[in-house]
Amino acid sequence: MEPQGWGGVVNDLSADREAYHVPWGKLMMWIFLLSDTFIFGSFLTGYMTVRLGATDAWPNPSEVFALTIAGHTLPLILIAIMTFVLITSSGTMAMAVNFAYRGDRKMAARLMFVTALFGAMFVGMQAFEWTKLIHEGVRPWSNPMGAAQFGSCFFMITGFHGMHVSAGVIYLLVVARKLAAGRYDHGAGGGKYDIVEIAGLYWHFVDLVWVFIFALFYLW
Amino acid sequence: MSNGTAVSEHGSGQSQHPIGIYFKIWGWLFVLSTLSYLVDYFHVQSYLRWTLILVLMMLKAGLIVAFFMHLKWERLALIVTILVPPTALLVLVALMLIEGDYTFFTRMAFFG
Repeated sequence: MEPQGWGGVVNDLSADREAYHVPWGKLMMWIFLLSDTFIFGSFLTGYMTVRLGATDAWPNPSEVFALTIAGHTLPLILIAIMTFVLITSSGTMAMAVNFAYRGDRKMAARLMFVTALFGAMFVGMQAFEWTKLIHEGVRPWSNPMGAAQFGSCFFMITGFHGMHVSAGVIYLLVVARKLAAGRYDHGAGGGKYDIVEIAGLYWHFVDLVWVFIFALFYLW
Repeated sequence: MSNGTAVSEHGSGQSQHPIGIYFKIWGWLFVLSTLSYLVDYFHVQSYLRWTLILVLMMLKAGLIVAFFMHLKWERLALIVTILVPPTALLVLVALMLIEGDYTFFTRMAFFG
């Protein structure tokens, strides 16, 4: 007998044929990342809008984020290093996924720990950057370098991204620890280490968002 | 009939890619990032700067999505599901371009 009422609704909606031939967890991660794309997309569009509308000169990121190392003033150097660190972490994550699918969980877990370490380095450098800017008087509502909107865009966009990186580090550490302990070994079928790829998708997405922030906020 | 809790029994479609491909992509991402950094370092300005920044950005994004996120090896249905919706953002960008310019001119006219 066909269930009626809300039970019927659930039954009908879930009785569809499978449209995507991927593990459900991976599809859910993709859908989450898609929604996250809209969040960051809206942030960056909002930044574009207030920058267009600003009548004061926009602070030059190349100078704002310059660092003097051993007497040489290098433009944007910290941001460049952060970019390389994040790309490297994406590389080690991709290799972790590869090893997981080869069934080498020890190596996969080790590479995930390395990835988390690079992620923590990135967050550390971002904390340094925030501290430096706050000391220089940059606030969400004003700054000594020019257009007041600069501060709110900077703190909102990099803050939200940094939060994603921090969450990713915790996520990776949790999964890597369980992986190393063999907690995924009793999953069904050949896809028992799917979780590594799912965590990897999130991590690569964080790197992907940084590519856009680097180009549109720091370089523009 | 599915009972709604069906878990996919398909493998994830992962083929075993040689590890070398990740090093190659990694290398490319390094090169492209260095190039975009050099755009700033050598003070390339105006349209050339914006074009270079956007092209390098899209190349890097493409490499990450295609290879690191394995989208290149997924089925087309999934690729389309993921890549088409974000294009709606372009509409938002277009609208806000107009809005941002309007705000600027209004401010110049009344507060400038």
